[in-house]
Amino acid sequence: MTAIRRRRLIGLLYLTPAIVFVLAFTAYPLTQMVAMSFTNWSLITPPKPVGLANFQAAFNDKQFWTSLGYTIRYTIIITPILMVGGYLLALLVAPNSGVRRATRAIIFIPVVIGLGVSSLAWVWLFDPTFGLINKVLSDLGLIDKPIQFLGVEADLSTWSIIASVVWKVLGFGMILFVAAIQAIPSEINEATMVDGASFWQRTRRVTVPLTRRTILLVTLISVIGSLLAFDQFYIMTAGQPFNQTQTAVFFIYLNSFPYLHLGYGAALSLILAAIILVFTVVQMLLTRRSET
Amino acid sequence: MTAVTMRRPLSRAWSRVWGGRNRYLTAAVCVAISAFMLVPIVSSVLTSVKTRAEVAAVPPTYFPHELSLDNYARLWDYQAGLPTYFGNSLATAGMTIAFTLLLTIPAGYALARFPIPAKEGIFVFLLLALIIPYQALLTPIFLMFASLPIKLTNTLVGLAILHTAIQLPFSLYIMRNSFEAVPRELEEAALTDGGSSLQILRMIFIPAVVPAIVTVTLFAFVTSWNEFLGALVLLSRASTFTLPLILASARAETSLGGTDWGMLQAGITIAMIPCIAVYLLLQRYYVSGLLTGAVK
Repeated sequence: MTAIRRRRLIGLLYLTPAIVFVLAFTAYPLTQMVAMSFTNWSLITPPKPVGLANFQAAFNDKQFWTSLGYTIRYTIIITPILMVGGYLLALLVAPNSGVRRATRAIIFIPVVIGLGVSSLAWVWLFDPTFGLINKVLSDLGLIDKPIQFLGVEADLSTWSIIASVVWKVLGFGMILFVAAIQAIPSEINEATMVDGASFWQRTRRVTVPLTRRTILLVTLISVIGSLLAFDQFYIMTAGQPFNQTQTAVFFIYLNSFPYLHLGYGAALSLILAAIILVFTVVQMLLTRRSET
Repeated sequence: MTAVTMRRPLSRAWSRVWGGRNRYLTAAVCVAISAFMLVPIVSSVLTSVKTRAEVAAVPPTYFPHELSLDNYARLWDYQAGLPTYFGNSLATAGMTIAFTLLLTIPAGYALARFPIPAKEGIFVFLLLALIIPYQALLTPIFLMFASLPIKLTNTLVGLAILHTAIQLPFSLYIMRNSFEAVPRELEEAALTDGGSSLQILRMIFIPAVVPAIVTVTLFAFVTSWNEFLGALVLLSRASTFTLPLILASARAETSLGGTDWGMLQAGITIAMIPCIAVYLLLQRYYVSGLLTGAVK
């Protein structure tokens, strides 16, 4: 009895640092965020309770809706590209052979580089004067004058950023898809080959259905990541032209820090966190089901 | 009916024809894709070793005509100097790794082996950061760090704490699973010998969970080394900047008189190398960690 109590105490002792850390640096900020969102805190003046005014302001803030809408549009465009692209690559490199292994490793390299740093490299690639892409296009005779990829025209800027992000994170989905495809029992594949099914028939009827859960999970991860996009937009367009490429996190960042509307920033964060939470819960339900 | 019977042998014949060419075709496609993926990285490295004049040449050149480390020399002396910024990034990553391991090794041990009341509840609580993106918590964290008696804003410790909070759920999950997978027979002998729990942790468990320690270290390093938004929010004094921050600010600073792309590409190269190196060295851990973190 005392031995069990002793072990219980020792166990709690080992857990204490982690519990204290999460209390201090996750749970407490979370409650603070909720509390702050009902005040007009601006760091210079002491916080005053304002009720739901911040949420009303957010509701009537045209730029907030624009940036939220833009983020959702960005997410809707990039997610299918990442899914289909990543899956096609996975189909290509899933069988284990020397070339395929090497290709897998190379496609994954951009994933490990920082998004901030890679975005900076892409600013140079897209540069109208010194950049590689305009140089290649003009050497191929496709353009007579350089294209302003970033910050001048909203749609072109968005597509340019999407291209850079696709390059950067395609390998992430690919690696997860490869693992899922490789986990398909080989008897199933052999059976369909005996049936004389073509590669694409097999893919459609066997491979995709059997990797459905991974596809869903990667989709959710990609959606959540895209809804939280910031680095690439901050670096590549800074929201230009006319704040048309400003994402939700970017807008929150601007309100909280350069403008120091901390109460408003907290309210906006809370709204975004609630949207993300919906996707996170679905993701958790999916992962939980796999464990049982 | 005939269409179906016709199509079968035809498609089989096709796939036989493909079978022979397929090998070369897939190899060629693989090489093409690999080359394409490497272009941005290689062109950054190539630009970084051009002379300053060649980087500014219009139209740009594909390959450096003359190798030069000038860009690296300018980066070395840029503002507080490359050693400072590289050191800041390294120190932050090092502290993040240390904090993460110090928190998750004992916690993983406790969750896997001790009779703790409400264990599952505590575990779920420790994973709290999973349900709330850290981007949303930056405002309150910034305020908290700014209002502490010893301010944590503009400190690398503060940034490392944030990075630890980001990494904690993933790391704890890996650790707990790994501690649980250690066979009980291993520790039972030590227990009957009267070893203390700390001795057992040190002598039996830590050697047994080395792969988990490597995985946690690797991911903590990469997260911290690359993280941008948190650093942007918490650090405003240039001498505390990490590499991604100083590069972004160098681009803004130099953009008026024409961006100094040679120096920036040198910085991009230096920021990329550690991540690519640890990835290539520890690929196995990287992939297995990713699978555990994302799918399981």
